[in-house]
Amino acid sequence: MATAATVPQDGLPQTPDAIVVRFAGDSGDGMQLTGGQFTLSTALAGNDLATFPDFPAEIRAPQGTLFGVSAFQINFGSRQINTAGDAPDVLVAMNPAALKTNLSALKPGGLIIADTGAFTKRNLDKAKYDSNPLEDDSLAKFDVLAFDISEKTIEAVKPYGLGNKDALRSKNMWTLGLALWMFDRDREPIHDWLKAKFKSKPDIADANIAALDAGHAYGETAELSGPMKQMAMPPVESEPGLYRTITGAEAVSLGLVAGAQLAELPMFFGGYPITPASAILHHLARLKEFGVTTFQAEDEIAAVCAAIGASYAGQLGVTSSSGPGIALKTEAIGLGIMTELPLVVVNSQRGGPSTGLPTKTEQSDLYQAVYGRNGDAPMPVIAARSPSDAFEVAIEACRIAIQYMTPVMLLTDGYIANAAEPWKVPNPADFAPFPAKFLEQPRGEELLPYKRDERGGRPWIKPGTPGMMHRIGGIEKHEQTGNIDYSPDNHQRMTDLRKAKVENIAVPDQEVALGENTGTLAVVGWGSTYGPILQAVRRAQAKGCSVSHIHVRHIWPLPKNLGDLLRGFDHVLVPEMNTGQFKTVLRDQFLVDAQPLTKTSGQPFQIAELEAAIAKYFDGIEGNEGGDVAVNDQQLPNLESGHDDGSYSEAPFHGDGAVPSGEDTDSEVVNQ
Amino acid sequence: MNAPVKIETTLKDWETDQEVRWCPGCGDYAILKAVQRTLPQLGADPANTVFISGIGCSSRFPYYMETYGFHTIHGRAPAVATGVKLANPDLDIWLVTGDGDGLSIGGNHLMHVLRRNVNMQIMLFNNEIYGLTKGQASPTSREGTKSPSSPLGSVDHPARPAAFALGSGARFIGRGFDVSKHLPEVLKAAHAHEGAAFIEIFQNCIVYNKDVFDDFAAPKGAEDRQLWLEDGKPMLFASDSKGIALDRDALALKVVDVTDGDWEGAGVIVHDVTNRSIAHMLIEMPFGPFPMALGVLYDDPRPTFESAVLAEREKASAGKEANLAKLLGTGQTWTVSGTAQDPV
Repeated sequence: MATAATVPQDGLPQTPDAIVVRFAGDSGDGMQLTGGQFTLSTALAGNDLATFPDFPAEIRAPQGTLFGVSAFQINFGSRQINTAGDAPDVLVAMNPAALKTNLSALKPGGLIIADTGAFTKRNLDKAKYDSNPLEDDSLAKFDVLAFDISEKTIEAVKPYGLGNKDALRSKNMWTLGLALWMFDRDREPIHDWLKAKFKSKPDIADANIAALDAGHAYGETAELSGPMKQMAMPPVESEPGLYRTITGAEAVSLGLVAGAQLAELPMFFGGYPITPASAILHHLARLKEFGVTTFQAEDEIAAVCAAIGASYAGQLGVTSSSGPGIALKTEAIGLGIMTELPLVVVNSQRGGPSTGLPTKTEQSDLYQAVYGRNGDAPMPVIAARSPSDAFEVAIEACRIAIQYMTPVMLLTDGYIANAAEPWKVPNPADFAPFPAKFLEQPRGEELLPYKRDERGGRPWIKPGTPGMMHRIGGIEKHEQTGNIDYSPDNHQRMTDLRKAKVENIAVPDQEVALGENTGTLAVVGWGSTYGPILQAVRRAQAKGCSVSHIHVRHIWPLPKNLGDLLRGFDHVLVPEMNTGQFKTVLRDQFLVDAQPLTKTSGQPFQIAELEAAIAKYFDGIEGNEGGDVAVNDQQLPNLESGHDDGSYSEAPFHGDGAVPSGEDTDSEVVNQ
Repeated sequence: MNAPVKIETTLKDWETDQEVRWCPGCGDYAILKAVQRTLPQLGADPANTVFISGIGCSSRFPYYMETYGFHTIHGRAPAVATGVKLANPDLDIWLVTGDGDGLSIGGNHLMHVLRRNVNMQIMLFNNEIYGLTKGQASPTSREGTKSPSSPLGSVDHPARPAAFALGSGARFIGRGFDVSKHLPEVLKAAHAHEGAAFIEIFQNCIVYNKDVFDDFAAPKGAEDRQLWLEDGKPMLFASDSKGIALDRDALALKVVDVTDGDWEGAGVIVHDVTNRSIAHMLIEMPFGPFPMALGVLYDDPRPTFESAVLAEREKASAGKEANLAKLLGTGQTWTVSGTAQDPV
């Protein structure tokens, strides 16, 4: 990735193939809005992109403080973009606190655009600067473009009669205008957006447009001197079709709507406000015409319980939360597992434990998802790897929930939920439907609400169906009738059946995301680490390293071929934004020596961090720093000698001797 | 309530083949029979009826009803029932809870199901003790109740279910006790009420809190301490020899003697089930100096939650097409054709 500073001094055309820009300011400066609109213009210009909004947990943190800084980073280019970028090429700092908290990320030689109007003594004090960094030589290794954006904004919006305080609110639009000029972007879509946003306040719309245009005009005039240069980023080669930008929260919401349609069911969504999951509740609340009922419950527990109630009554019950809320829902999820009702639980993970870091990202709920319930309560878990991937994953979650009559946990995280990327709009007709079936008459002479089908799921019987009255509950049930049954044999059988049902869920074989199926090193990821791992592996491969990227969507049950696939590599490295949770699952399930690479700073992995970790596995390769890890071809046990991993036997459902068939003589169930 | 078509059934049709497993002599048996006796009289349809419960002795109730039943988790039945009702408003839902399930672990959900006014009958069996966990003091236990968890006598103040319900915004409050012959009438009134109907049923736990309600619920000799309320009827008790009147100076109720049937002369109040202030005073009326207020204390319906949710959905959907392909392609979009981009 080239930097802005490498742009030649003459002429417009020669530009790097990707640029990282970070907008940083006070939480009141509207940086998220600026970033969002810059993202739109980037998408419209045909560049690929990835964004990373990073904002404080406080809604209105005290002005000018270090902890009140809100930032929005975008990486865009004329080639494929998978991450929001490691280090910014351009940092827009709207005040001293924004400069101070973001400077360390900026590339050497990077460009700083700063608003001198906000570098007052007061703000410098709040940011704990002894002297003004714009005036001393502390920024010598960067290009600095400092001018009074505040004053220029006030000037630009003067004709609209706003007071200074109101006028300064347009500062972000002035800055956006400058950024639009820098990257040769069309202002029209932003004009349209401002007009629509301030429809009832045309004066405010006009003032913002004036600020935007003034910022743009300033770029044109300032080009003549200093480091300010215009760059035109050519569009990326993309498949023809209709595109839009999408965040993970939007993609999950749309995927759930699509999933409900494919199941031919109305959807019931029970939610409770929690960062960063609330956006899903907000999106779905506006989609009532799709048969969506949203219910803002009194707490997380009621949200999941109402969803279970709706599933019981024949709708697709969905609930969503983040880690602490999922913890509260856990007992009810157990009820869903025990009563074998469909339920989709979306977990937008954040930093933990307890309240943790509400607005920061982490992947530390994997144990909670896979293991975190009382009793033996198996539950399928799947994870989205990117904002757009969340659409398909949400559909997959609905499919599993309905076809197997089970709660399903869908893992995203704060990064996926908030980040945006371009998305080629799919055609819903391309997805195979999985219509829900309700049992309306007993299959034999007797009604058996717990008699399973070939997939191991029990029948779904809607209350209101004549002649099918029965009772369900969280207490152990008889294997067939569903009546209370505490008998030792029955509990053994039911535990085995519930386990087998989930373990036998059909999940696609694991494919390698990038690289060969065997080699020296497999970098195994899940969730939002997809982008940085893919790029890091690509770079390592370019250096000649025998490294592959495997990215797992189905966390539980794991793809049946995954163990063999991992054994084809000398080393397995598992980068995660936690202390090594998926690594533990892989070791447990496959007895492979999976090595952790962990990060819990609330920030996504940088490509460079992963590249450095990969490098340690390779010696004697030019440009490689590493070579610390000795080759160890003994570490992976050979399972062909009969050492079974014990969890994913090829035995069909009910097929192994541990599960007696009981009184069931229905061969369809026993032999499938 | 919701039974558009009246169905002919008998008590037997509402009994399951499951062995009832409450302690012999438990008040729950009488309540079960009262419910099974009432439903045929309502013309209710077993296939359209759902009993939903939490955890506790009372919450085993659904297993004994030949209807749809959902035995959920501790305290959460109101939340589950809310989801059921929103998914299918035509179902007739009976919620069964107890003083621990409904007022302790599930107090939050009970409050919200009442204030939202989700149409269902909520029977809270109040025995002032935790039965299924073997006799600990419950949130309705009287001060000084000795139990395994309070060997020196409980020191916390009891919650009052009906007062809690009224405070939470309930629009129907009924009261009865397990062996009362009037219980079916209270259940019928609750069923007829459109909205969340809260019924406190005093229930005798013969193992851990035996006969604690005998002062007003003993099989014999306690009738004089029962005030059975009926809409439009004077508040008379003790064979009409006493009545409830308003002490205007204290703005409180008082007991007055009624001679020769002249209740009007004695100033006895005529019960108005829609009067929230009266309901409040009846609920607050201390037992001892006053009789126990039973029957329908309050009944003043207002639109239900599910009707509001449905109306909102209809309004929000009006004129809109549920076209997923279109929805996916909405927002800020652009088209790529070949390698050239045309913003749209």
